[in-house]
Amino acid sequence: MMDVTKETLEDLYTQTLKVRLFEEKVWEVFGRNLIPGTLHLYLGEEAVAAGVSTALRESDWIQSTHRGHGHVVAKGADMKRAFAELLGKKTGSCKGKGGSMHITEFEAGILGATGVVASGLPIAVGAALSAQLRGTDEVVACFFGDGASNNGTFCESLNMSAIWKLPVIWVVENNFYAMGTPIKQMCPSQSIARRGEAYCIPSQVVDGNNALKVYKAAAEAVERARNGEGPSLIECQTYRKKGHSRFDPADYRPEEEEEEWLSRDPVEIITNLAIEQKALSKKKAENIRKQLQEQVDEAAEFAINSEHPEPEEALEDVFAEVA
Amino acid sequence: MTYREALREGLREELQRDERVFMMGEDIGKNWGGAFKVTKGFVEEFGEERIRDTPISENTIAGAGVGAAITGMRPVAEIMFGDLITLAMDQICNQAAKMRYMFGGQTSVPLVLRTVFGGGKNIASHHSQSLQAWFMHTPGLKVAVPAFASDVKGLIKTAIRDPDPVMFFEHKLVYDKKEDVPDDEYLIPFGEAKIRRAGEDVTVWATFRMLHQAIEVADELAKEGISVEVIDPRTLVPLDKKTLIDSVVKTGRLVLVTEETKTGATTAEISALVQEEAFDWLDAPIKRVNAPDTPIPFSPTLEDYFIPDKKQISNTIKSIV
Ligand SMILES: Cc1ncc(C[n+]2csc(CCOP(=O)(O)OP(=O)(O)O)c2C)c(N)n1
Repeated sequence: MMDVTKETLEDLYTQTLKVRLFEEKVWEVFGRNLIPGTLHLYLGEEAVAAGVSTALRESDWIQSTHRGHGHVVAKGADMKRAFAELLGKKTGSCKGKGGSMHITEFEAGILGATGVVASGLPIAVGAALSAQLRGTDEVVACFFGDGASNNGTFCESLNMSAIWKLPVIWVVENNFYAMGTPIKQMCPSQSIARRGEAYCIPSQVVDGNNALKVYKAAAEAVERARNGEGPSLIECQTYRKKGHSRFDPADYRPEEEEEEWLSRDPVEIITNLAIEQKALSKKKAENIRKQLQEQVDEAAEFAINSEHPEPEEALEDVFAEVA
Repeated sequence: MTYREALREGLREELQRDERVFMMGEDIGKNWGGAFKVTKGFVEEFGEERIRDTPISENTIAGAGVGAAITGMRPVAEIMFGDLITLAMDQICNQAAKMRYMFGGQTSVPLVLRTVFGGGKNIASHHSQSLQAWFMHTPGLKVAVPAFASDVKGLIKTAIRDPDPVMFFEHKLVYDKKEDVPDDEYLIPFGEAKIRRAGEDVTVWATFRMLHQAIEVADELAKEGISVEVIDPRTLVPLDKKTLIDSVVKTGRLVLVTEETKTGATTAEISALVQEEAFDWLDAPIKRVNAPDTPIPFSPTLEDYFIPDKKQISNTIKSIV
């Protein structure tokens, strides 16, 4: 098992908490009816994005999903622009044309967040192929759910990544449900990692509520990818704090199951670990929290106070401007 | 040289010019050289890295093209037969087409997706249809429909250099058509139609093999004293409206000919456009020559009946002049 530095533990704490605070704020603003459309909160799954992004460099890429706020915030997207995008504002990272399901910031290494389940996998293949062809050591981490692994692109893309030894990390967020459908009903082995093995891709299951464990698995996978040894798959088992989307109370989940999972809070887990290992004092942890809370509040404020786009902006960005 | 050779030349020049350009598709490499031999010899010249055989995974071929395009490469992805583009529709119509827009202009998708359409080879419903209209109907995609050797070379080069996704459509029965092609390097801009034959009495707008047929018909009708102007749009998106409308203003009559099934074909769109913009100049109803609304049959007698022929084109022209 690799050793982890104190800085890394602090980073893991900071990232997990940042995603948590961002999402809590989103939930609050959503409750004030300021966010149009629907919303797939990342609350409860923070450790996955935090662990993976901490293992990546700024120059690496991620591919995100409909449940993407956590991924993009952890990868380093500007929180103000991300928040403004949720509200459909002109200042949003996608100028209000994407919204919750498409929050994306290319400059931060985010290839896109997609509303079509499992459609990000082929794009990650292409980005990883491009990294390889361009002779860089960039790595692509592709997030997707247990539900997405039942789509045909899973098979096509894992296979292609394996035959070409592409620098891609398949990050499965197994939260045990695709909307209301439990994985046990849809996947005979109930194991996405076993599916990964079928493509000769080193695959493992990790506790997705523990950012340190996710980080370790991701760091190994990143190293393999950078060394030209090809793709890896990490099945992160985790759980949504809330329902799937806007009005879903998730009452299809058994009570004991919910209690068990929700008692293992990703933020608490990483806070305790960091403090135990003396990577953080309680005071420092508190200071970081305060700073993050300020940033998140500012982001929300910025979003709320931003202008909506002009209606005619709907016509822009279909094609490149011709010079 | 043939259309196939001209296309190969255009691709080769771009592969030589820009090392970001690479090709991927099923069996485009060493053992086959593409189902229609367009890329024959390329592996030997450019290597397996850049002329990349893929598994039979259409959605991921298109999607990998998107991913490579947004990260700095210039992919030319190939779907072996146009009908199979149905398997890649998500990546083409939801991802490639929408990315620039949906992400507020943050990214470009300089992807060329090549595929081949059209009937005439008795290979039945899964390998013969013409789906141009679907992509013309999808905002965010450019659509090239070259029918001549000289055009295909200049257009593929433009397509590869374009910052937006280009659907580059070829036609099976056009690959062997010959035409003089300039030796010098040249590009053909998108959105500029070509008047393939000038005339006074009636405008014919046609694509692919139907364009070749329309020109033959025009030559025959000239002997009967009917002067036909034949327009080749070369790209459907962007569409050169001006050349078309100017021609209709001159001739007062329009016949639209494609091999697509009639309902919702590109000809329907062009017809609507012309009646919106040039109604006052029309001396007769706009006429369309298309295939019937059926899947494409196999048997030669059936397929011949299905695909519009010169007689239909000729009769339709005569019916309005
Ligand atoms: C191709 C496709 N089918 C259906 C949907 C509707 N849909 C949105 S999210 C979702 C469930 C996705 O489950 P999973 O991949 O496990 O991700 P999670 O929501 O659990 O993070 C479905 C069915 C969609 N967006 N795309």
